[in-house]
Amino acid sequence: MSDLPAPTLLEVDRLGRHFPVRGFLNRRVGTLRALDDVSFAVGEGEVLGIVGESGCGKSTLGKTLMGIHEPTSGEVRLRGERIAAPGQKRAAAVRAKLQYVYQDPGASLDPRWTLRRSLHEPLIIHTDWSRAKREEHVQAIVSAVGLPQAHLDLYPHEISGGQQRRVGLARILVLGPQLIIFDEPTSGLDVSVQATVLALFRDLREEFGLTYLFISHDLAVVRSICNRIVVMYLGRIVEIGDTAEVFRAPRHPYTRSLLAAAPRIGGPRVTESFTLQGEPPDPSNVPSGCRFRTRCPLAIDKCATIEPAIDFEGGHGVACLRWREDAL
Amino acid sequence: MPALLKRFARDKAALLGAGLLGLLVIAAIFAPWLAPHPGDVADFHIERRLQAPAAAALFGTDRMGSDIFSRLLFGARITLMLAAIAVGSALVIGVPIGLVAGYYKNWVSDALMRIAEIFLAVPQIVLAIAIAQTLGPSIENVILALSLTYWPFWARLVYAETRSMRNEVFIESAVALGASPWRVIVLHILPNIASPIIVRTSIGMGATILTAATLGFLGLGAPPPTPEWGRMIAESREYLPEAWWYALAPGIAIFLTVLGFNLFGDGLRDILDPRTRRSV
Repeated sequence: MSDLPAPTLLEVDRLGRHFPVRGFLNRRVGTLRALDDVSFAVGEGEVLGIVGESGCGKSTLGKTLMGIHEPTSGEVRLRGERIAAPGQKRAAAVRAKLQYVYQDPGASLDPRWTLRRSLHEPLIIHTDWSRAKREEHVQAIVSAVGLPQAHLDLYPHEISGGQQRRVGLARILVLGPQLIIFDEPTSGLDVSVQATVLALFRDLREEFGLTYLFISHDLAVVRSICNRIVVMYLGRIVEIGDTAEVFRAPRHPYTRSLLAAAPRIGGPRVTESFTLQGEPPDPSNVPSGCRFRTRCPLAIDKCATIEPAIDFEGGHGVACLRWREDAL
Repeated sequence: MPALLKRFARDKAALLGAGLLGLLVIAAIFAPWLAPHPGDVADFHIERRLQAPAAAALFGTDRMGSDIFSRLLFGARITLMLAAIAVGSALVIGVPIGLVAGYYKNWVSDALMRIAEIFLAVPQIVLAIAIAQTLGPSIENVILALSLTYWPFWARLVYAETRSMRNEVFIESAVALGASPWRVIVLHILPNIASPIIVRTSIGMGATILTAATLGFLGLGAPPPTPEWGRMIAESREYLPEAWWYALAPGIAIFLTVLGFNLFGDGLRDILDPRTRRSV
């Protein structure tokens, strides 16, 4: 991965997050491997997309990076400094640099607090600034996200959903984060609002020099905003590469079926080209070898025994034993 | 807030409750001036014993010849003070326990809730009788018995509310922001669960007054000359049914007080906690 456009900001090194599955009387009856051996790096200023079906571990990845979950194995480094590892407590200074945006950033506002109080809170927690200095900073951010100053004394339910979203973003930006993790930021929005929200994200990234991690299952959105994408399946990375490259020539059979499933104007009918059958297997009982083999049209005997590692060629990596076989 | 007050004012039952509580508070504060025979709390006039209600004694006189109306007014003081201190102490013990047990998900919170459940497994009145009986009859011991048996109820209520708050996105995001548990609990969770606590406090006052009266009736409350309502009913039993006023007056006082707290609490619930609207 030598062709990163900028120095590395975030490194994820063999990260794992397992959840115990508890049965009768809280006995541990199994392990849900929500994240397994996930490694990638994010360059400064980059927008990295993380895509996959529901339950593939993309939200767990975001929350583990954020420190909401503690990793079971592996570690995460921010500018070379280890920020997450098994048993490590998250330092307050790190929390400020890494921020997580919920599906609806407006829902992160306390319904009984005025917007001003909610916007001051991150600064009260992380700085010892005077009230006047905080207020000055808050006002600057509020105008950057395009919210009228007069709204600061209102409560969340008194402003529109779109404005709540802006306040939610402002609350994250007041701390001057370096990396922002978006978790499904556009789901549930109609297309015109989606476009406005994405434009706002782009503007803010330029204005504040931010790096984004963009978790989504919406391929059109990912394609329009991300420089590179990571495709996940059942807690593992199956493909990673430049967005344009992955969309042009997907190498993993899972990525291919995922892209084929996205409707395109003038393209073939989705129902005709869709090759992905059934549901993903139960993540607490993953198949041996390649995890995708149970649904893979190209699976051969070898796939059940060998767990494929990511094979890079020109910055575009894929975890499949057969991708080099031309005929596929 | 004015909008909430208006809604409360439209609720006739809630207004009736507020009115009854107002009367109770006035009676308690101004008892020495309102009572026609303020000395009758302790004094007795055997020559006037067991007289039916008349102009001289509005609610009649008791076995010692004391004016029942005057004793009722002073009894309001005891009732109100006793219920306020008992419920207040139960809140002070139960609410923090519920908050901590609901916020953390570890063995400490499990242990706290199991202890609370042990208390809840026994009916409150039975436990209160046992404690009051062991400690001996006095107002302080009744308060102690009621507080010790009532806190698990608050712990349970606050625990459940806190647990459901714990799943709210704004709580999770405050935690992710780096807010300390103390900050999240006191500044975010507590204000958001205050409504059900306030509502249950009003209704709980009524229930506590009833329990306290029961203890008084069983002779576990304050010693004799004290004008405690439950004790007054207990004393009247020997003179029923001839001296009907003797039991009726404190009975009605207890009834109206409990009714007042319950109606007021229901009214508060309607304006503060719309999720749990009372079904009419």
